[in-house]
Amino acid sequence: MSSRIFNRIGLFFAALVLVSPAILFFLWMISLSLKFEIDNGAYPPIFIPERLAWSNYAKVFEENNFLLYLWNSVLVTGTATLLALLIGVPAGYGIARLKAERSAVVIMIARMTPGLSYLIPLFLLFQWLGILGTLWPQIIIHLVVTVPIVVWVMIGYFETTPMELEEAANIDGASAWQVFRLVALPIAKPGIVVAFILSVIFSWNNFVFGVVLASRETRTLPVAVYNMLSYEQVSWGPLAAAALVVTLPVLVLTMFAQRQIVAGLTAGAVKGG
Amino acid sequence: MSAITPERTGVTTQTIEGGQPVRLAPNYWPFVVPALVVVGAVIVFPWAFTLWMSVNRWTLGQSRSFAGMENYLRLASDARFWESLWHTLTYTFLSVAAPMLFGTVAALIFDAKFPLRGLLRGVFVMPMMATPVAVALVWTMMFHPQLGVLNYLLSLVGIPSQEWIFNANTVIPSLVAVETWQWTPLVMLIVLGGLASVPREPFESAEIDGANVWQQFRYLTLPMIAPFLMIAVIIRSIDALKSFDIIYAMTQGGPGTASETINIYLYNTAFSYYDIGYGSAMAVVFFIVIVALSFILLMLRQRSQWIDQEGK
Repeated sequence: MSSRIFNRIGLFFAALVLVSPAILFFLWMISLSLKFEIDNGAYPPIFIPERLAWSNYAKVFEENNFLLYLWNSVLVTGTATLLALLIGVPAGYGIARLKAERSAVVIMIARMTPGLSYLIPLFLLFQWLGILGTLWPQIIIHLVVTVPIVVWVMIGYFETTPMELEEAANIDGASAWQVFRLVALPIAKPGIVVAFILSVIFSWNNFVFGVVLASRETRTLPVAVYNMLSYEQVSWGPLAAAALVVTLPVLVLTMFAQRQIVAGLTAGAVKGG
Repeated sequence: MSAITPERTGVTTQTIEGGQPVRLAPNYWPFVVPALVVVGAVIVFPWAFTLWMSVNRWTLGQSRSFAGMENYLRLASDARFWESLWHTLTYTFLSVAAPMLFGTVAALIFDAKFPLRGLLRGVFVMPMMATPVAVALVWTMMFHPQLGVLNYLLSLVGIPSQEWIFNANTVIPSLVAVETWQWTPLVMLIVLGGLASVPREPFESAEIDGANVWQQFRYLTLPMIAPFLMIAVIIRSIDALKSFDIIYAMTQGGPGTASETINIYLYNTAFSYYDIGYGSAMAVVFFIVIVALSFILLMLRQRSQWIDQEGK
């Protein structure tokens, strides 16, 4: 019995070692963001400074238009995710019920295609349509990320929901749409939550689309933080603070929805083969 | 089903010649159509357009003319392209191997029971959810040759300072370290899903037969999770081949072109030099490389399954 307890403590420490690169990285990120230039330039490095530089965060919002970029990110990610749910949830349902596994190949191909190969033609198309100065190009191209995620998660989810209720409703004369709307959709809420969270995270993190399509006013946060690097003389404190501001919403979401994310990613990834 | 008559159910039926009523399945296609339209617009259309552009001489702001296979021939003799292909393959190989190793070990540990498992697993997953550009910026500061924390940590154990991403010889391994840090959790999750499906009984009898932990892993666990490992390898390969954010944000392909992968070269061609035709040809070849590699891996997976079945 005592060897089992010993085992568990051993496993705990092994896990702690595995997790340490993640913990140390994020702690160092916080440390960088809260230090004045003098402390960030010190050697040997200082982990916890005597004076905390909260002003780094103020600087990020005051000097770099970060509120605008935050709002852009919210609009792009929000719209692209909502549109994806609107289109992708019914599609996932249809594909699951049609047992059209082949159509999943399309999604796999979408995953294999490098983002840049969408960018060249769509960039020209948006230019031709004259909408390059707006957020629409980014919203539309983010659908490349969000729609496959939503469809993928929803196919997996609807395959596991019981058919009996739907068949019963069907026999009672409900139309396919009514069955979907009144029977399938209410049961699918947990699946929709997973699809929503994953879609938000991967759209929020996207960088390559913004770096090509965004102008000064339409940058999203990842592009904005990258631009800070190239335009300012690099001062580490505000830069780390900006990086933290960009990724914090996603990390908080990950913390709160850990269970759903793990479930969604495992299911989605495992089906990926 | 045959007991339910059309009169009772009111569901549309049709009668086949034998006279047996068959209930029509509901029509599910309308559910899929909107997604098909969107997929057509943002995925299929760009592909068709890319193919067309790749056979044209076209730099933005200049006139376009038909070029036939010229762009593809140019690729074949473009030393920078071959070099970037080599970088891509090296980067991909390392960025698959390292996360596979660490991810599998992590999955084996997180599959067992120990205190605070849920919390630690949550923290372990965080790197893959963090915004890659933000992560890349902080790693860049950590890699700094004079002020970076990594060289300080090395000095504590007596290893001389490294130049990390600022040296052509170490830039790819350094970038792979970041990629590994970020994507090991995905491998862990996939393998963990595999371990969850492994039955308990064989292990009990193996223990009775006196098999040690390594033998149990080698002859029971490993064959059973092999399909999941293969899926992890495929997904990781696709993602590593396409890797852009980390490389672009940290080195932009530098120093020189030492870390320029196809994806970065493609970006530079299309959006720095605005050579749309050539960039499109590169995109087509790049896609073929990705599909070919995935296909080879899928074939390997199929073969390993056959061998499995023959073994039984």
